[in-house]
Amino acid sequence: MNNKTSPYAIELRDISKSFGAVQANKDICLQVPAGTIHGIIGENGAGKSTLMSIIYGFYEADTGDIEVGGELVNIRTSEDAIRFGIGMVHQHFMLVENFTVLENVILGAEGGAMLQGGLDAARTELKRLEQEYNLDVDVDAVVEELPVGLQQRVEILKALYRGAKILILDEPTGVLTPQEADHLFRILKSLKEQGVTVMIITHKLREIMALTDNVSVMRQGKMVAHRATAQTNKEELAELMVGKKVRLVVDKDEANPTNVALSAKNLSWFDEQGVKRLKDVSFELKAGEIVGIAGVSGNGQSELLNALSGITPLSEGEIHFNNEVITPKNSKNASQMRDLKMAHVPEDRHKMGLVTGFEAYEAAILGYHNSTAYNGKILLDRKAMLAECNERMEKWDVRPADPFLKTANFSGGNQQKIVIAREVEQNPDVLLIGQPTRGVDIGAIENIHEEIIKLRDAGKAILLVSVELDEIMALSDRILVMFDGAVVGEIDAKDADERTLGLMMANALNDDEKVGGQA
Amino acid sequence: MSQPKVPVWVNLALIPFINITLAFLVSALVILAIGENPIEAAGYLVYGAFGYEEGIGYTLYYATNLIFTGLAVSIAFKAGIFNIGGEGQAYIGGLGVGLVCLAVDQTMPFYIILPLAIIGGAVFGAAWAYIPAYLSARRGSHVVITTIMFNFIASSLMVYLLVNWLKQEGRMSPNSRTFEESAWLPYMHEMLAAIGINFEQSPLNASFLWALICCVLIWGLVWHTRWGYQLRTVGTSATAAVYAGIDNGKVTIWVMLISGALAGFVGLNEIMGVHHSLLLNFTAGFGFAGIAVSLMGRNHPVGIILAAILFGALYQGGSELAFEIPSITPEIVVVIQGLVILFSGALEHMCKDRVEAFFTRPSAA
Amino acid sequence: MFETLILILDATLRVSTPLILAALAGLFAERSGIVDIGLEGKILGAAFAGAAAAAVFGSAWIGLLFAIVASVALALLHGFACITHRGDHIVSGVAINTIVAGLTVTLGLDWFSQGGQTPALTGDARFTSITLPFADALTDVPVIGLLYSELLSGHNILVYLAFAIVPVSVWIIYKTRFGLRLRAVGENPHAVDTAGISVASLRYRAMIICGVLCGLAGAYLSIAHNAGFLKDMSAGKGYIALAALIFGKWRPVPVMFACLLFGFLDAVAVRMQGVQVPGIGEVPVQAIEVLPYVLTVLLLAGFIGKAVAPKAVGRPYVKERA
Repeated sequence: MNNKTSPYAIELRDISKSFGAVQANKDICLQVPAGTIHGIIGENGAGKSTLMSIIYGFYEADTGDIEVGGELVNIRTSEDAIRFGIGMVHQHFMLVENFTVLENVILGAEGGAMLQGGLDAARTELKRLEQEYNLDVDVDAVVEELPVGLQQRVEILKALYRGAKILILDEPTGVLTPQEADHLFRILKSLKEQGVTVMIITHKLREIMALTDNVSVMRQGKMVAHRATAQTNKEELAELMVGKKVRLVVDKDEANPTNVALSAKNLSWFDEQGVKRLKDVSFELKAGEIVGIAGVSGNGQSELLNALSGITPLSEGEIHFNNEVITPKNSKNASQMRDLKMAHVPEDRHKMGLVTGFEAYEAAILGYHNSTAYNGKILLDRKAMLAECNERMEKWDVRPADPFLKTANFSGGNQQKIVIAREVEQNPDVLLIGQPTRGVDIGAIENIHEEIIKLRDAGKAILLVSVELDEIMALSDRILVMFDGAVVGEIDAKDADERTLGLMMANALNDDEKVGGQA
Repeated sequence: MSQPKVPVWVNLALIPFINITLAFLVSALVILAIGENPIEAAGYLVYGAFGYEEGIGYTLYYATNLIFTGLAVSIAFKAGIFNIGGEGQAYIGGLGVGLVCLAVDQTMPFYIILPLAIIGGAVFGAAWAYIPAYLSARRGSHVVITTIMFNFIASSLMVYLLVNWLKQEGRMSPNSRTFEESAWLPYMHEMLAAIGINFEQSPLNASFLWALICCVLIWGLVWHTRWGYQLRTVGTSATAAVYAGIDNGKVTIWVMLISGALAGFVGLNEIMGVHHSLLLNFTAGFGFAGIAVSLMGRNHPVGIILAAILFGALYQGGSELAFEIPSITPEIVVVIQGLVILFSGALEHMCKDRVEAFFTRPSAA
Repeated sequence: MFETLILILDATLRVSTPLILAALAGLFAERSGIVDIGLEGKILGAAFAGAAAAAVFGSAWIGLLFAIVASVALALLHGFACITHRGDHIVSGVAINTIVAGLTVTLGLDWFSQGGQTPALTGDARFTSITLPFADALTDVPVIGLLYSELLSGHNILVYLAFAIVPVSVWIIYKTRFGLRLRAVGENPHAVDTAGISVASLRYRAMIICGVLCGLAGAYLSIAHNAGFLKDMSAGKGYIALAALIFGKWRPVPVMFACLLFGFLDAVAVRMQGVQVPGIGEVPVQAIEVLPYVLTVLLLAGFIGKAVAPKAVGRPYVKERA
């Protein structure tokens, strides 16, 4: 038994973890002082989530030691982690959607073979937690009916109900408005005052500076730096994260928009359950400009892209495009929209943009597979497909430049390049792009941003959807903000800053104060 | 990050080989359990299948059916659909072939009857697959259950038709009348004799050649045409298919139609090539065996041909075995089939992960 | 007329019993996220094992025990393939059905030399009808008497057991910790894993329950309803049970009613044999045979609409790479 009282809530020594040939964590050392808020930052793929998953028992480290409160512990499953007082709020919530909040909280801590006792005990305890930390939520509500911000609270309550003294949050603000994020930070600070140690993973430097006491930087699976937050700044952290001087701005000229390429009038869309996901959306997109759609993920942007690209038919409204009027009665599917010269880089390249089991040269014609460029009378023209693929791989610097490699084996950035190349090279009049740099490394991001600007300057109309405000502000000429399925604000990029956009994203401006705007 | 590639032959040859070996090992245990010698049994099996010309003929005749049903299951698999209705589709396809022959065998020459019969088998087989396909695509009905139901319905339907309608007057057995010779497919031994090669008599007939032709056609369709591209997209990622403007439901339906048609060609072999009349139960489990064949053959026509020959050998060898060792029923072949489906299908990851890990282990620094 | 109705309802209960047991078996499996096409194989395997053991040991109860053991073994095999090795649920089910179809006849021939059947069961080796108390005395009481003495009394114990298991299932699924976790793992296995509960353990336990219930169903067929095992005697009941499960939207009581419906139609159909229907003449025996199958297709096509299966059903649980 170790009687040493350690100043650290949790200490990691030489933690390493590999998945097959990929080393996700290498010799990680970390010391988190008890009762502090500790940030872990790094780019996508740096290994942060893997490390937290090891602490939470989701994975087991290959080598290394973990000490909790000075005691060496063996964490093999989440059950172990919970026993040692570690709780986790995941990036993608681990909730049973058709259970109530109460049922979700007691899952795993039912307190006995019969449910009733556990439910009653939880009800009482949740009331207490609610008062202590300002975490109120209707415990009898069904989770899938709650807004995302409240669902996150359920995750936190779950962890606290199990007695977490160390709370880990993985990218918690990805689905929150700036105002909801502030509320979350207040809760975390209040937890810290009660002696809970908080570890927060994020790639958002603003959050680190605003919230944490200490920060550790990860890069490519290794821990590269530790700093006290008060003694560093965003630029230093950015450089440590990426390893070279980063540009936070994209070079571009003034836009020269000309005629209207696409015009959307009163678009509405109801989903399978009859919920209105798009509410009366209207806007114009001109050739030679980039219009960015800002908004917290889940506010109708995906539905808008699906409606415009022909993936889902309209419920109400019209789209005027290329001398055609598309209405619910006269709908066009994705392939017909392509024929009209609209291209679409989807938000999720794994589910939509590529077929991961296909080889690169086959994935490179997805959506255009019926075209005469790739087909003879009956057979596919493999020679033509390969020639084009090789050409494009060289032009867009796709690595490795192997048309026969399965798309699953390319890195995120290269996969994205394959998709973007495919859509852009069709020379469309309108290009829809969703989350162009999600899961893409910094070098490729710059590359992709450059190509988007080039397209704009060539006179194409581009609609950009992204949850990264940085990207929206850097690339767009005009910005539309979506909230709860409707466009709630419009602003010129040069007038936009984060605070204004954040308020618009939360629809916190009433009619008097609305910036730009809709009649 | 790129991963080192697993050599192609590992997935196409080594892993299937390991899976089959496991299936056979377990089968050997079953044979031991009923008190017989598996080595001796294996010996009779191999001899029966390949040891003499008639046996080889039988093996390939069975393989013909299995190529058809194996192709049927595999093309559906490639599009992400599990077609368990091969049994019923083969049965009804045979009905189609038989009806054509009965209708025109007294008035038309062979070279007209043959294409009509092929069309008949295809259309009837496809029609039997159509309803489950439509219900699955447009109403979300579970295609596995509906196709199984249609197998049972086909069975009863055929009994009704043969007993009440097609049966010959004054006879007891529910067969139709025998076709005129103009509606008979030539036997292989006849065709070989015509070019001077002596081969023992067996039911192996020209439909075997049609089976091979179908393999080539299906290979071309799936991997070398835009329809095949659509099919493979739908089978891998329904969301990518929608993104690409492909109608998942439409693809489901026409793939099932092709699948049903392929299964229907079993009728060409059995009805037009061997029995020369319509009768009951000629499908004899080949529809289900097609599942094992397609899984073992990794859903690729070349693999399917090899797997079909292997299973054909099992059937023929199995008959020989049951003859030589009466305590082993022909049903042992069904057990082996089931084990192949188990090891090549359900447990395919069991060995796959370990074998692939062996090939992708990081090389020593 | 009333008597005929009672007799039909009586037959309904008997025909529905294996369906109810099998459908509840499927319910536990699917609620935990496992698709079980192999219900058919488990029923058949249990029927064989049960009849064989009953014949050898001369006791229906020992037969029942062996039936359950056989069925649980097959269920665990399915679990092994689907849970531990992330195999395709449907392929595994088909594999098991195929193996059982062949193995039962192969072993049957070897053990009993009766062409694959098991010897006919007599006396203690069969479950026989149980007459409920006062049944004979009440026979002549109008309406209630017949209801009691014909419809409710006179079934074998497995029939009563099957209907008793329905409320027990409701209680397990909605009122116990196991039930909460079971429902959770079928909706979102990640949530269960991160709550510190083993997904695999839950699913295996669900499969064991599935195996026990199928064991009862199979034993019913060969030890109670019939007097021995016949080749392919399950005749598609495992698949019809699945249809009833979907029709009953994965809840025990509606599922029971769906099974009763199938049983009722089957019972009516049997009575129609040889009966002259005005305008059609004699109904062909094959039409009667196919009725349950056609009905299943119609139900799956028409009335089911948007039955929502447990969200994670059929998908192997893989810890996603962070």
